[in-house]
Amino acid sequence: MAEIVGAYFTSHVPAIGGAIHRGDQQTPYWKPFFDGFPKVHEWLAEVKPDVAVVFNNDHGLNFFLDKLPTFAVGAAAEYSNADEGWGLPLYKPFTGHPELSWHIIEQLVGDEFDITTCQEMKVDHALSIPFELAWPDAAAWPVKLVPIHINTVQHPLPSAKRCLAMGRSVHRALASWTGAERIVVIGTGGLSHQLDGKRAGFINPDYDRFCMDHLASDPDALTGHSIREMVRLAGTQGVEILNWIAARGALGECAREIHRNYHIPISNTAAATMLLETA
Amino acid sequence: MTQTDRDIPIPGTTLFDGAAAAKGYALNAMCYSFNEAANREKFRADEDAYCTRFGLSAEQRAAIANRDVLGMLAAGGNIYYLAKFAGILGLNVQDVGALQTGMSVDAFKQMLLDQAPRSAAQKQEA
Repeated sequence: MAEIVGAYFTSHVPAIGGAIHRGDQQTPYWKPFFDGFPKVHEWLAEVKPDVAVVFNNDHGLNFFLDKLPTFAVGAAAEYSNADEGWGLPLYKPFTGHPELSWHIIEQLVGDEFDITTCQEMKVDHALSIPFELAWPDAAAWPVKLVPIHINTVQHPLPSAKRCLAMGRSVHRALASWTGAERIVVIGTGGLSHQLDGKRAGFINPDYDRFCMDHLASDPDALTGHSIREMVRLAGTQGVEILNWIAARGALGECAREIHRNYHIPISNTAAATMLLETA
Repeated sequence: MTQTDRDIPIPGTTLFDGAAAAKGYALNAMCYSFNEAANREKFRADEDAYCTRFGLSAEQRAAIANRDVLGMLAAGGNIYYLAKFAGILGLNVQDVGALQTGMSVDAFKQMLLDQAPRSAAQKQEA
């Protein structure tokens, strides 16, 4: 039987990739953020996952506004990063797990989630940066990937309640998978930040703390706000917390927090990193 | 709740909804093309011709020409796509934040720092 070893959550700000590329991890600006990762490395070395199911949002690399799915599940044998417009060095490619992807897709559609399936999918910094942070010295990623995309770009966005339910459906799929895989669930993005408009630079530590405090013990508490309220509380891009909420659903019913790091600011963002285990 | 919720404006914030996505389609399509280095070069070589090729509206062309980020947003630009245009200009998100808020980049960065919860000791020093 497959085992869900736990869940890892982190911000995915593009500037983190620049800091890694320059080797700035120990500089005063970046150290408080990167200090959250030795514990992540230790934990991953201990639980040894070989598959990652990752909830993230595309930022205009794979999807354009011509066709923008609300939820999309990758079912490719491999995934690669590409130039996101900034000419930065490309991140390493990923090996997929199409059999598990299709098993998850069967469960999701069976549970009446009308998702999009993608046999080709480019992945952007939202996926690559959490991997770079988790396995900084890996020549190749030690886990196979199942990426699940949530639209956080174009409103209407799926509600937090719907994202949690979608994640719980993914959990049912993982729980019934008969392989021997050790699965880590990953949620990326957030926390509070706003890039656009006159309120650019908005950060809300109180709301972030509310989310982090309830993520393990009571994720349903995070579904009490409408998307518009979430934008008000977390900023226009802070709604990426939807990825965390879905990932929390995929972890299973009971969970306990084993690690948290929170730092303001990284770029324009309140950056957070958490680890949860099933309880 | 939904009705009331929709009626309460969020200060300094516009949601990128269907109306914005329709209005901004050409502008965002152009910015999406900047994922390719060759297209970034074509834009640099002849901005006007490149905007014409994507069918930008007069409002969108003016905002691009004036590097007017709030104008691009008002013309339906989405910040994730506009970030690719900002990259051509060598601007990061703090620069873009400063442009939108009318602050200097240093003041914008300080504003970000000032939002961090401070310990009692830090408050004492301040």
